[in-house]
Amino acid sequence: MKEIRVHGRGGMGAVTSAQVLAIAAFKDGKQSQAFPFFGVARRGSPVEAYCRIDKDFIRVRQQVSEPDYVLILDKSLIDAVDVLKGVNRDSTIIINSAKKIKLKTEAKVFHVDASKIALDTFGRNLVNTPILGAFVKATGEVTLDSLNKTILERFPEKIAKKNIEAIKKAYDACGE
Amino acid sequence: MALTVLEGSRAVAEAVRLCRPDVVAAYPITPQTHIVQELANMNADGTLKSKHIEVESEFSAISAATGASAAGSRAYTASCSQGVALMHEVLFATAGMRLPVVMNIVNRALSAPINIWNDQQDSISQRDAGWIQLYAETNQEAVDLTIQAFKIAEDKKVLLPIMVCLDGFFLSHTIEPVDMPEQKKVDRFLPKYRPDHAYLDPERPMTQGPFAFPRPYAELRKDLSDTIDNSRDIIKKVSKDFKKQFGRQSGDGLTESYSLEGKKTAIITMGSLGGTVKEASDRKGDFGLLRLISFRPFPKKEIIKALKGIDTVIILEKDISLGASNGAIFDEVRSALYTEKDRPKIIGYVAGIGGTEVTVNDIIRVVDKSKKQKDGDIGWLMGDA
Repeated sequence: MKEIRVHGRGGMGAVTSAQVLAIAAFKDGKQSQAFPFFGVARRGSPVEAYCRIDKDFIRVRQQVSEPDYVLILDKSLIDAVDVLKGVNRDSTIIINSAKKIKLKTEAKVFHVDASKIALDTFGRNLVNTPILGAFVKATGEVTLDSLNKTILERFPEKIAKKNIEAIKKAYDACGE
Repeated sequence: MALTVLEGSRAVAEAVRLCRPDVVAAYPITPQTHIVQELANMNADGTLKSKHIEVESEFSAISAATGASAAGSRAYTASCSQGVALMHEVLFATAGMRLPVVMNIVNRALSAPINIWNDQQDSISQRDAGWIQLYAETNQEAVDLTIQAFKIAEDKKVLLPIMVCLDGFFLSHTIEPVDMPEQKKVDRFLPKYRPDHAYLDPERPMTQGPFAFPRPYAELRKDLSDTIDNSRDIIKKVSKDFKKQFGRQSGDGLTESYSLEGKKTAIITMGSLGGTVKEASDRKGDFGLLRLISFRPFPKKEIIKALKGIDTVIILEKDISLGASNGAIFDEVRSALYTEKDRPKIIGYVAGIGGTEVTVNDIIRVVDKSKKQKDGDIGWLMGDA
């Protein structure tokens, strides 16, 4: 089983990131689960969402405390919440950041400037789907094809196409 | 089988649509869930033909559903938390008038303090109202039990309202694969509701829920008690019929045993925590699970049978009967086992209150700890601070 934790802020769409990943994994022929941790429902407050991917039906219902993958949608969260909780040397972390950030961990850390990609593509700082392109590149846990199909189902065509474009850019740009 | 990935609330709304309710009554404001929001959308786009009554409180929601059922309609509502508490008075009337209303409860904590998260205090505290109560472990089971609930409730030997409970957030806000049944099959499984006992017909006027002197009142209450007791057989039968039609069954309809053979320790729980216990059981291997699907009627016989040969029972329940120092399930399981010659040591935990987490590690830890504990010990699992 692979476990993913998404860190975002209220309004950034962290829950959507986790859901889109779960649906894409399902399209790849796997079983999946996604759910949010609800804190105070306020724009800007820290939010977590979780996704699990496995070959069998996922029975466990606890939050993801030892993630294989961590997605950080807003780098200011690194100082605000414990994004490294339960992270080990086999984990992979993907940060939305233009600059490389040194974290106190042995985990692999990838960076992608998803905010710039989003601003260039949508004209708005919507990073929750672009960063999934970086996730595909860094982890290979879901296919780009299934991710794009999920986006096409979930959003109106025009918006979906922009999202797919941003995902491709993030896929190409993502590096350690 | 055609699996789709759906949010729990959405999956339940789809299940309700498949059951073709005549009337859906609901209060749309907090603490409502996505279930009635989805049903209202379906109603607006014409894919659900029911009469949608938007009311001004949960008290009115259950009153409208009860009235619609008394007029002979298949009636549905959904609520949670404070909403269920506000319904309290009417719940007794729905059951007393023998009206087969179906309600989904998305289990969430009660105030004060204000808390939006999951536990089962809202429905368990309504246990004596005369409603059948069923609890789902997965979104698939929430769908399947909702469809079965209409059939059980409308059975001429039952004619009682049913709450189908699913854990708030852990199920309602979780997306996971669900196999949505086909309309054709649901129509075959669940024929149109044609009541003989309660309907509105100007040619044949009837009084419902009238005044009763002490003796007939007592007789009717005993009849209600006998009926909900006897509904065990119908719940099992409908569960079997469901399997014939859809190829799936949750335990025997009343309880589900998981990996109990040859074990000395059993965990009893209800709802979505069952999945986490199964995972813990597979990892550790020295205990099994007895999951209660039905809390009302309480499956005494099934519990006694399933626990033969077990010497330690640990109850994990998301409710607290204040003033009794423990949860309601603890007392009831203990009472059911009291007459057994080799009754097991029974340990109770109030767990997962107000959305606190119960993890695989917590479960393994309480099993290890139980070896040194006494019969009747009570503990609380409250997650991390």
